[in-house]
Amino acid sequence: MKKEDSVNQSVVAEASSNNAYVSRRNFLGYIGGASALILTAAACKKDNAPASNTGVNLGSGDVGILNYAYALEQIEAAFYTKVFESVYSGISASENALLGDIRDHEVAHREFFKNALGANAIPALELDFSTINFGSRDSVLGAAKAFEDLGVTAYNGAGKLLVSPDYLTLAGKIVSVEARHAAYIRDLISLGSFADNTALDANALDMSRTPAEVLAIAGAYVKTKLNASNLPTS
Amino acid sequence: MNINNIISEIEKADPELYEKLDGRRAAMKSFARFSGKVAVAALPFALGSMFNKAYGQTPSTTVIDVLNFALTLEYIESNFYIKGLATPGLVPAGAGMNALMTIRDHEAAHVNFLRTAITASGGTPVTFTAAQFDFTAKGTFPDVFSNYDTFLAVAQAFEDTGVRAYKGQAPNLISNNDVLTAALNIHSVEARHASHVRQMRKARGADVKPWITGNNNGIGAVANGNYAGEEITTQAGVNIVNINGFSISAAAASEAFDEPLTKDQVVALVTPFFA
Repeated sequence: MKKEDSVNQSVVAEASSNNAYVSRRNFLGYIGGASALILTAAACKKDNAPASNTGVNLGSGDVGILNYAYALEQIEAAFYTKVFESVYSGISASENALLGDIRDHEVAHREFFKNALGANAIPALELDFSTINFGSRDSVLGAAKAFEDLGVTAYNGAGKLLVSPDYLTLAGKIVSVEARHAAYIRDLISLGSFADNTALDANALDMSRTPAEVLAIAGAYVKTKLNASNLPTS
Repeated sequence: MNINNIISEIEKADPELYEKLDGRRAAMKSFARFSGKVAVAALPFALGSMFNKAYGQTPSTTVIDVLNFALTLEYIESNFYIKGLATPGLVPAGAGMNALMTIRDHEAAHVNFLRTAITASGGTPVTFTAAQFDFTAKGTFPDVFSNYDTFLAVAQAFEDTGVRAYKGQAPNLISNNDVLTAALNIHSVEARHASHVRQMRKARGADVKPWITGNNNGIGAVANGNYAGEEITTQAGVNIVNINGFSISAAAASEAFDEPLTKDQVVALVTPFFA
């Protein structure tokens, strides 16, 4: 617990000293905050800071990784919620029920992270699913497969970045459910593709991705600019 | 053979370990020795081990123990699918057989990967042969190789329990990034297997979904221990049921999170499968 406390403290300290950090409380302040804009501009001038150093700051340490997971769960939950706003025609009862389960799981994950992070949680992200045709089963399942496989690689890659064994276990509790989803969606698309060589390596291991790799892919669906520059890298 | 004896043997530190690894010079020497044996695909892992050695941090006995524990479970699964698929008339030809062959091959690949990893980390991998297993679990599943539904039920229990076992060991690997990542990358494959085997059983009338609902297993009381604890609906003090006003049932709340098992719990569950 001591370790987590120090993580929280460092994030809090960072929030007060780094204007790029946006907590839920001061998010609106960030948009209109003159001092924030001035400091951001100054930082740009001084360091020619890349775009990745602006936007919603995921934070550092374990909190940063949890916010990263929270961002991914926001995408997944919003995607499946949108699927059920007007589900594609011809869906079977079984498919409807199990995709509904997946939506509930992803919403549960998202809301869990929101509550667990509390004041450290990033705000709700603005998402963009305009490239997905929600009336098309192929389009929806293709996107679902991409999100689930991406989630598996994201959690697998994030494990080593966590300091707290409790958070590692929590991530483990979620990633295997994402893998169950991924396998089911893959089988819906092509029976038997639950763990084929597009997901696994030659040793029959799933792949892992760094946060930077994951966010580069997930970024296609996120309008809100995310700043992952303070996330741990090892 | 009782797995408890095996595990206690594993838990004794490899007496040669510290002789093998006497600092950087030996690390470079041992790297030169094993680099020829390590499969190319496993190289990043081997390099990580080498660097650990080069900096004088030998992989701990705990890490080797965890890897040998995982290897033991992979041997169980691998031998189970090999025997089932080699039993005439058990597995009907078609998509199901193809899937089981895929899973069989993955488990064999995991055995090979873990053996290579353990050796590269300076440990001695455990070895099991087919004759050391009793997949009836001392008569609990007498028709495991004559009744396809029993075979799939045991497969589901192995996969779901494998997921729980890897998850339970992750915190013990937190100090070794390479080994932790490799273990996580196997963990999620076991979950993919579990999902598919559950779909196969569902298609044959079993009351299961790709995920674990409550502690229901669709197998019977004999498997209750494999699923005990999966029913929880509170995570890190956060109640998941109807969280923040969203309609999340207790069933969905339990499904959304898979639960770990300790090594002792897993050992108790798999011990009957050793002859």
